Amino acid sequence: MAADAPRSRWSQAGWYAVLTGLSVVVLFPIYMTLVRALSTPATYFQEGRPLHPVDVQWDVFSRAFSDGDLGTKALTSAVVTALIVGGQLATSIVAAYAFAFLEFPGRRLLFAAFMATLMLPIEVTLLANVQTMRDLGWLNSYQGLAAPFLATAFGTFLLRQGFLGIPRDLRDAATLDGFGHLAFLRRVALPVTRPVVAAFTVVSFLAAWNQYTWPRAVVTEGRWETIQIGLRSLSAATVDQGNIGLAAALLAALPVFALLIFLQRHLIRGLTAGAVKG
Amino acid sequence: MLGVALAVAANRRLRGIKVFQTIFASTVASSVAVASVIFLVLVNPQIGFFGDVRFLSLAHTDSALRGVALSAVWANLGLTFIIVLAGLQAVPEEIDEAAALDGYGPLRKLFRITLPLISPTLLFLVVVLVIFGFQAFGQIEILTGGGPARSTETLVYKIFNRQQPLDQGEGAVMALGLFGITLVVSLLQIRLLERRVHYGS
Repeated sequence: MAADAPRSRWSQAGWYAVLTGLSVVVLFPIYMTLVRALSTPATYFQEGRPLHPVDVQWDVFSRAFSDGDLGTKALTSAVVTALIVGGQLATSIVAAYAFAFLEFPGRRLLFAAFMATLMLPIEVTLLANVQTMRDLGWLNSYQGLAAPFLATAFGTFLLRQGFLGIPRDLRDAATLDGFGHLAFLRRVALPVTRPVVAAFTVVSFLAAWNQYTWPRAVVTEGRWETIQIGLRSLSAATVDQGNIGLAAALLAALPVFALLIFLQRHLIRGLTAGAVKG
Repeated sequence: MLGVALAVAANRRLRGIKVFQTIFASTVASSVAVASVIFLVLVNPQIGFFGDVRFLSLAHTDSALRGVALSAVWANLGLTFIIVLAGLQAVPEEIDEAAALDGYGPLRKLFRITLPLISPTLLFLVVVLVIFGFQAFGQIEILTGGGPARSTETLVYKIFNRQQPLDQGEGAVMALGLFGITLVVSLLQIRLLERRVHYGS
């Protein structure tokens, strides 16, 4: 053992070197974005695209709000995300409850139909759904941005699995105590499956905040742009104003990054649900 | 592949490993739009840091797709890392110890034992990432607009641009095609790779 110690210290140092190297590769794009966001574009090109910021302008982040109208777009995104997360939670919880605890004719068939929608990506139904929104007059509106995502087979499935994990005894005890469905759901089922609900909420937030294709399709007026769509129009003005678009991109990723740092456990649980068995 | 490498590297007990794990997972926070804007800085021919690297150049029909692909690889790195790491952590430690007792070196252990054990996870990732590829839209629109000379148009990009009433029929056919292709490719992958996947008992 004693002879092993120095070697393992070397191997530890080696691993730190490898991990640091990999971190540099992963972070390099973000670092360069920061460099470019902070640099004055014209000066940066004169200096021949160096690896460090030139003629630093810290006000670029506030200018993303004033010139790029980032605040309005962030607010739109926040409202839409809240609607989607709230809607998905509400529908998934009751649907999962029904599939897990209620006996009703056609339950298996209905559940299979639910799951089948998992295979249908929004891209396939995009044109038809956009046409529906147009007919409803919902283009450029909160309801148009949120409506297609208010129910989700993924969430229903996840929560159903969680509910099915509740021991029979607990259910029987609740019935004996005279709990109705709503009381059982609120006072037993939800508290017990809190980790699952939390994981689903985090993933739902991630998807809603980051989505691109759908909002791009139903938004035709600048003032209804979500933050992700706003990034496109900001970066379209690239060459001389590019730094503002880049600052905006970094700001747009911040809420989700915070999520990653503070709720990592839930996020990972949600993302890996279904991928790893056991 | 890179995601797997990251996960293998980060699945060990070291002081401060959590910091590295957070860094490796960090790209999961970047959306398609954010990743695309970030990569404009790197591979855009006029302003990009790698703008002069011919291999990734967005300005040429033969290389533009590689530039776009690079941004997608980076954006999906975090997700891949998180899922593979979870798979690795589900591998029981006794198996590790047994392999060490049998005199397996680290590399042999990795290829003969660890990777086969997490093969269901890898299969899932392959299928999902290929589907993501077929659905690519945002990165195309932001990075290249389908160009140059339409060399980077994806099916979704084509569908998206057929919203005028007269084009919608064509778009609908393409949408069905997209669904069909995705389904067939996914099933093929599962069929072909399933034989090599080890589900355990």
